[in-house]
Amino acid sequence: MMHTLDNFLFTYQSLIYALGVNSLLALSMYVVLAVGQLSLGQAAFMGVGAYSSALLTLKFGVPFPVALVVAAAAPSLLAFVIGAPTLRLSGVYLAIATIGLGEVLRIFFLNWDYAGGALGLNGIPELAGFIWIFGALTIALAGFVAICRSRVGRAMEAIRADEAAAGVMGVNLPAYKLGALVVSAAIAGVAGAFNAHVSSFIGPNEYGFDAAVTILSFALLGGIGSPFGPVIGALVLTALPEALRPLHDYRLVINGLIIVCVVIYLPGGLLPWRISRIGARK
Amino acid sequence: MSDALLEVAELTVRFGGLIALSGVTFSVTKGSVHGLIGPNGAGKTTAFNLISGMTAPSSGTVRLGGATLDGLPTYARTARGLARTFQNIRMFREMSALENVMAGAHLGTAESLGAILCRLPAFRAQEKQAIKWAREILSLVGLADQAERPGGDLAYGDQRRLEIARALASDPKLLMLDEPAAGMNPSEKLGLIDLIKKLRARGLTLLLVEHDMHFVMKLCDRITVLNFGAKIAEGAPLDVRTTPTVIEAYLGTKVARGLEVKA
Repeated sequence: MMHTLDNFLFTYQSLIYALGVNSLLALSMYVVLAVGQLSLGQAAFMGVGAYSSALLTLKFGVPFPVALVVAAAAPSLLAFVIGAPTLRLSGVYLAIATIGLGEVLRIFFLNWDYAGGALGLNGIPELAGFIWIFGALTIALAGFVAICRSRVGRAMEAIRADEAAAGVMGVNLPAYKLGALVVSAAIAGVAGAFNAHVSSFIGPNEYGFDAAVTILSFALLGGIGSPFGPVIGALVLTALPEALRPLHDYRLVINGLIIVCVVIYLPGGLLPWRISRIGARK
Repeated sequence: MSDALLEVAELTVRFGGLIALSGVTFSVTKGSVHGLIGPNGAGKTTAFNLISGMTAPSSGTVRLGGATLDGLPTYARTARGLARTFQNIRMFREMSALENVMAGAHLGTAESLGAILCRLPAFRAQEKQAIKWAREILSLVGLADQAERPGGDLAYGDQRRLEIARALASDPKLLMLDEPAAGMNPSEKLGLIDLIKKLRARGLTLLLVEHDMHFVMKLCDRITVLNFGAKIAEGAPLDVRTTPTVIEAYLGTKVARGLEVKA
């Protein structure tokens, strides 16, 4: 029995890690969407977290927890620099600026010889694991549920429902939107660090526009009424290609078809229900 | 004037070549109900947007309780004691009526992020306090039994009252109502008149835009009339109603002349 379980874990280890990392990325997307903004820079934030932590552990032998803090702080700083000017405007400016950020960073990593250039970084120590990834996911999920059910969660939903009206209610719009982006970048950075420290290899093309759109699709497929929706979306979209493996060459076709059907027939996502925004018994 | 709560001076705004408001000056006395009327396109809602900070003026100043509001964003004006509703209802549709009002009480709910994340007893107490406050306001506007329903599902007249409740939740000094009676049936209008009188009795100052003249004449202590972005009259309801320029703005010059002959 134990033997079978060990076998199962060994075979599916990378999938299980991917489920956790992608769930974290979906949550990082959720924070931004929850205040009615669109960021296409989640993959870039993830890349900054992955590269900064991997360089620290690989080249300087820095302990993993310290590298993790840097992996959260570095993309947060970037998010602040990008977000502070663009979030004062309403509209798609953040989306455009973050697409730009992603491309600039991809080209930067591609040409940065110290970080391996186009070959990326190899032999990153396997310091993250099941406990790290799913511990972080649990903490993040619990934190978001607590935030939803408070004045902060009410303000965030108000901004998403009607930004101008939320402003008139006294919600500091730039602070909320910037805060959400910075937190989102930190989570994406941590997810990137986990990804780097379980797969032993990272390369510049893993964090491009494709990855950004995939992360967005986690949140949209799952629904953003509650923090659970994006996580469900990430789990489904990560596991689906594996579940469809018996279909061989047709599996990506069916995969795409399922996504299209969900978007058409479940516009609110797989979990369309919203959670209460009140944190005490009424 | 020391008893003026809101002072609007020489307020002007241009949108491209169009002057939507030109040099409008008026003040709202503390504790009064002040009406802002005028034909369609006179600049009433524009004036509201300028006062609440949703649109930036080309020139002119707005002062609340003697302190200038110029250059402040909407949320900072709310912190100074301004609250408003909208002509086209802007509900947080999926949030329950109670959550809508609690969102309106954003500034009065002092929950720190640490307390929220750790769900400290202080946070629970503040949350309970916020619920109690929101329920009080819902009963005040007569929506206590609708607290759990999504704001967007309420009947039209109830949505208007919920918007007023949401604005009241910030405990404002000045409440600005943009066509509060629009789309209401006569009995709902009577209820609204009672509510506004109740609010005035509590010491609240109100500035309202309204098309229903009967409603305005019945409620307002003072009225400012706008036409084509400029102030054309101001005074007590009875005086304004008989001012020739006002009749002319609403009914045209011919009718105005006819009325003068009759009078």
